[in-house]
Amino acid sequence: MKLLSRIYIGLIFLLLYAPILVVVLFSFNASNSLSSFTGFSLKWYEELFRDGAALSALKNSLILAVASSLLATVLGTLAAFSIARAKSRRYQRAMEGVSNIPMMNPDIVTGVSMMLLFVGVGAMLKLSNTLGFWTMLVAHTTFNLPYVILSVLPRFRQMDKSLTEAALDLGCTPAQTFFRIELPYVMPGIASGLMMSFALSLDDFIISHFVSSPDFKTLPLYIYNQTAHEVKFSMYALCTLLIVVILALLIAVNIAGAKDEGGRRKKKQTGVTK
Amino acid sequence: MKKRSVFERLSGSPYVAWSALFIIAPLLFVVYFAFTDRNGAFTLENIRTLPSYSQTFVMSIGFSLIATAVCFLIGYPLAYCMSQMKARTRNVLMTLIMLPMWISLLIRTYSLMALLDNGGLINSFFVRLGFEKMTFIGTEAAVILGMIYDFLPYMVLPIYTSMTKLDKRYLEAAADLGCSGTKTLFRVVLPLTMPGIVSGITMVFVPSMSTFYISQKLGGGSFDLLGDVIDRQFKNAVTYHTGAAISLVMMILILLSLAVMNKFSDSGEDIIV
Repeated sequence: MKLLSRIYIGLIFLLLYAPILVVVLFSFNASNSLSSFTGFSLKWYEELFRDGAALSALKNSLILAVASSLLATVLGTLAAFSIARAKSRRYQRAMEGVSNIPMMNPDIVTGVSMMLLFVGVGAMLKLSNTLGFWTMLVAHTTFNLPYVILSVLPRFRQMDKSLTEAALDLGCTPAQTFFRIELPYVMPGIASGLMMSFALSLDDFIISHFVSSPDFKTLPLYIYNQTAHEVKFSMYALCTLLIVVILALLIAVNIAGAKDEGGRRKKKQTGVTK
Repeated sequence: MKKRSVFERLSGSPYVAWSALFIIAPLLFVVYFAFTDRNGAFTLENIRTLPSYSQTFVMSIGFSLIATAVCFLIGYPLAYCMSQMKARTRNVLMTLIMLPMWISLLIRTYSLMALLDNGGLINSFFVRLGFEKMTFIGTEAAVILGMIYDFLPYMVLPIYTSMTKLDKRYLEAAADLGCSGTKTLFRVVLPLTMPGIVSGITMVFVPSMSTFYISQKLGGGSFDLLGDVIDRQFKNAVTYHTGAAISLVMMILILLSLAVMNKFSDSGEDIIV
């Protein structure tokens, strides 16, 4: 039984990774064949780096991801704070319900609905082209927000209210209390919300597809355009680079997480011995 | 304390304004466009044209259902096998399942296309074995395979999570009380992992219903799914009214099925309690 389950796991993972491995391997192929590896070469990488559009798309992606994840984190943290502290259950439910909408809706509907908003408002204001960086920023911030709220809200709820009360009693102003007591306490939630938003924004294709204009293209949009009609081997090179970057980031996050957990466990142990 | 409550009340207002403008208003725009014509006059014409897309609806739902079912049949045993491993192995496997989720859907679909291509590895393998070349790209199977391949991790992850939360003592109790293996599976394990199953099914079904890249790449343009129609209506067509009507109906269909699914997961939680 144990052997059987190992074989099963191995088989599924093989299927899951086979296409990715093929792309990585053939990005180093000397010829443009997908069936035989004729020799090692870096020519597809050279072709990729000669293409200025790829690099500018990368730059756009990074700018957008940084801006939208920061904006979403600020708005989302404030929202989570107000949800956690609100007295009215109805307010809490309404806020959480609204933030669920972009997560439940298929991406294509979110994208289309935002496009209609931007184009519709643009037409009312008699603007010819409203789509561009700003609409992308709004859209990315909007789909990032629920993830920030989802990771920050539980931290606010876990927090012992007497900490806040103590700070206020000891003469902190409400703003001071927020920045000195509450914010540091929820920081881990904020950090994971920020990272998540950053990754989601870098990765998003479907929503961006509808709210973008040709003059501001992100990396996924660039890949989409490049792969629209023919097989391009420089895209395999780009895919390989992206996979390597993602792998490195995941390993880094895992190591950091393991360290964090180790530290917490130690703290707990010392707590017990006391 | 009064000042405090003012601060607390104000802290939510940026988000309230943001979600009214960019979550609620866009949905109202979809409804508005779905029920108006070019000149902004009320009309049911857009809704009336929908039956001509009924084939697309049926095909989209059919493909997504098959893909979701296969993902479940592959993913559930996988999650179970993984949950039986040692903690260390389990974490490595979990990272390996999550890694593809972080690789762009475009890249994954494009990779699969490379493998299935007429001049791709699988075909050259077939030819070497003495078989005839097979055409994968442009078949229904390729599109469904694409959905399965792209979304399988989203099925495994939530099921695995509820699997690891499952209290082993339930299984022991079932065995002690004379439950056979299959009976335990159907009467204990499945109901207890229902919340994971429901979110897994949702996370596969919803993106499968609305995809257009998979059908464009792996379907070779011969299959028009709902996503393709919406994509075309918004990127190429002159007016957005038909596209808005299709999106509206798709959204309602999906939200309804989510509501039904959530009923299932609620009853599942009741059993836990």
